[in-house]
Amino acid sequence: MNILVCIKQVPGTTEVDLDEKTGVLKRDGIDSKMNPYDLYAIETALKIRETQGGKIKVLSMGPPQAAQVIREAYMMGVDEGALLTDPKFAGADVLATAYTLSQGIRKMGDFDLLLCGKMTTDGDTAQVGPEIAEFLQIPHVSNVRKILSMDEKAITVEMDMPETVEIQEVLFPCLITVEKDIYTPRLPSFKLKLKTQTKEIPHITLQDLEDQDIYHYGLNGSPTQVLKIFPPPKKEVSEVWTGTGEELARRLAEKLKELKFIRE
Amino acid sequence: MAKIIIHQENIKNPEELVDVCPFNAIEYTNEYLSINAACKMCKICVKKYPDVFEYVEEEQPQVDKSAWRGIAVYADHVEGDIHPVTFELLGKAREMAAKIGHPIYCLMMGDHISDKAEELRHYGADKIFVYDKPELKDFRIEPYTAVFEDFINKVRPSIVLVGGTTVGRSLAPRTAARFRTGLTADCTILDVQDNTDLDQIRPAFGGNIMAHIHTPNHRPQFATVRYKIFDAPERTENPSGELVIEDIPSQRLKSRIRVLEVRKKDKVQSIEDAEVIVVAGKGVKKEADLSMIRELADRLGGMMATTRPLIEAGWTDPRTQIGLSGRTVKPKLIITCGVSGSVQFVAGMNNSENIIAINTDPKATIFDIAHYAIIGDIYEVIPALLKNLPAPEGQTHKGDPS
Repeated sequence: MNILVCIKQVPGTTEVDLDEKTGVLKRDGIDSKMNPYDLYAIETALKIRETQGGKIKVLSMGPPQAAQVIREAYMMGVDEGALLTDPKFAGADVLATAYTLSQGIRKMGDFDLLLCGKMTTDGDTAQVGPEIAEFLQIPHVSNVRKILSMDEKAITVEMDMPETVEIQEVLFPCLITVEKDIYTPRLPSFKLKLKTQTKEIPHITLQDLEDQDIYHYGLNGSPTQVLKIFPPPKKEVSEVWTGTGEELARRLAEKLKELKFIRE
Repeated sequence: MAKIIIHQENIKNPEELVDVCPFNAIEYTNEYLSINAACKMCKICVKKYPDVFEYVEEEQPQVDKSAWRGIAVYADHVEGDIHPVTFELLGKAREMAAKIGHPIYCLMMGDHISDKAEELRHYGADKIFVYDKPELKDFRIEPYTAVFEDFINKVRPSIVLVGGTTVGRSLAPRTAARFRTGLTADCTILDVQDNTDLDQIRPAFGGNIMAHIHTPNHRPQFATVRYKIFDAPERTENPSGELVIEDIPSQRLKSRIRVLEVRKKDKVQSIEDAEVIVVAGKGVKKEADLSMIRELADRLGGMMATTRPLIEAGWTDPRTQIGLSGRTVKPKLIITCGVSGSVQFVAGMNNSENIIAINTDPKATIFDIAHYAIIGDIYEVIPALLKNLPAPEGQTHKGDPS
């Protein structure tokens, strides 16, 4: 069983702010971490390897410092990794990101199962996984909350729908995006850290890819363009209340009565 | 192609230039300034230091926008029961179509759904395209995408709106990728320009920022919108619009997926349906303290909801999370307790009728959108409030569905 997991480095904090005077983004600290949802995808891969054997590779895309998340994946027990990095990939939207990843995946060799986290915490779109599957022309199942069984030909999963659970059997190769809590992610191991700290993380650049048309990557390959960014509109605050806890509570109780949320 | 050129000769203080980028994409090594792969093309550097950073764009072949007409809405449904987000999108489509004089289309696919599609005729669509095939009984990605592709090739709509449901969030990106076109997920504001460009506005970069996004040179323009972001139009008494029954050859609906079983989940009360919601935020210090939030919700006949940090801590059921990565709600009353108000949270509750926020920090962004900004400590206000409320009627538990 060959498994490939797509992972991403995201800002360690979501506290991004916009300076209204200068229009400049303020990002406090430069902490980065692995997208938390990707940890579930890696854990899923590790669990599958325990029963089915095989190899797990991870692929990420980003600036050179994003190699850190691949290192972290090594510490969790992943076998191999690579980083797609090239200034020509910069400014990629969902489509260009998914296309770049799909090109990178083709460079990583044959695989049976591709795993993605449910979404990232910095983009929140949950769209890259399905688009990768389209570019690779393989079936995908999103919102997988449980893996029921698998053999050498297919995997059977539970897809979480709002009112139902759909049990789907999907032939390999395929892509699944996994829900949080499918398995509890293990912590990086110190032993593996020592063992893998010199393990190399190959870079994949545009010139390594099959399709080298720069119009398919980065900003040039992105149909969507950000026109501008701005702080969210403020509502006219009708009332600001201050006082002791007791005073505030009494006032709030009165207000809730007035608005008819509690009876007199 | 578009890129940012650096005029090295105009560089005076490189450290300052490196700092201007919020994504750390500007590097200065060996007295040479360069931009790395972290660049998001936000062009902040260009705005701030126009003598050093220059944005250049070369002419690209332009798409013929007049060849793409109409606003299409995907009708999401479970066994023919149409998801209300569909009506909300039809309302928005009507608003935009009036501006540019385009028709409104609706697409519904499934098995034995033709009679159910009748309902869509009460919401202002001009044409409703129905694909009714046994292969479309349960949602499987390949046949559903094949039908969507067939529909777009036949109708050639300028704009495609899809509800941000489980199906929509899987189907919309897959179809958009097939047409190599843009998709903006979870838009909170939509409008249309005279040239049919769709204004797509959504929270961005996971932070307190909104992004205004265009798809200037690709058609169709895909956008997904979550349930309860827009208002549903009134159902018209008399049906209008035409039902068009389409067919697609079965061999195009082949799939490598087999649906073995569809199990109904236990019906849990969902926060989207609650009229009163009390939200626990990061200001709640420990799991046990949730009981006071839950009690307040119970006493007001509402439900408790939470924010992402609490879900990540594993304190509550993920189904109670409000925000872009959770649910969107529009209750009559929402009381946020110790919630700071990130954009991704606010996007999920900003349309609530009455917003009361309690937070110790007067600068918390939640106060920007609250009708009543209560600057106080939830550990003082809530226990005192519970004493001020009438005694509970009976002991029906309406808390989170865990």
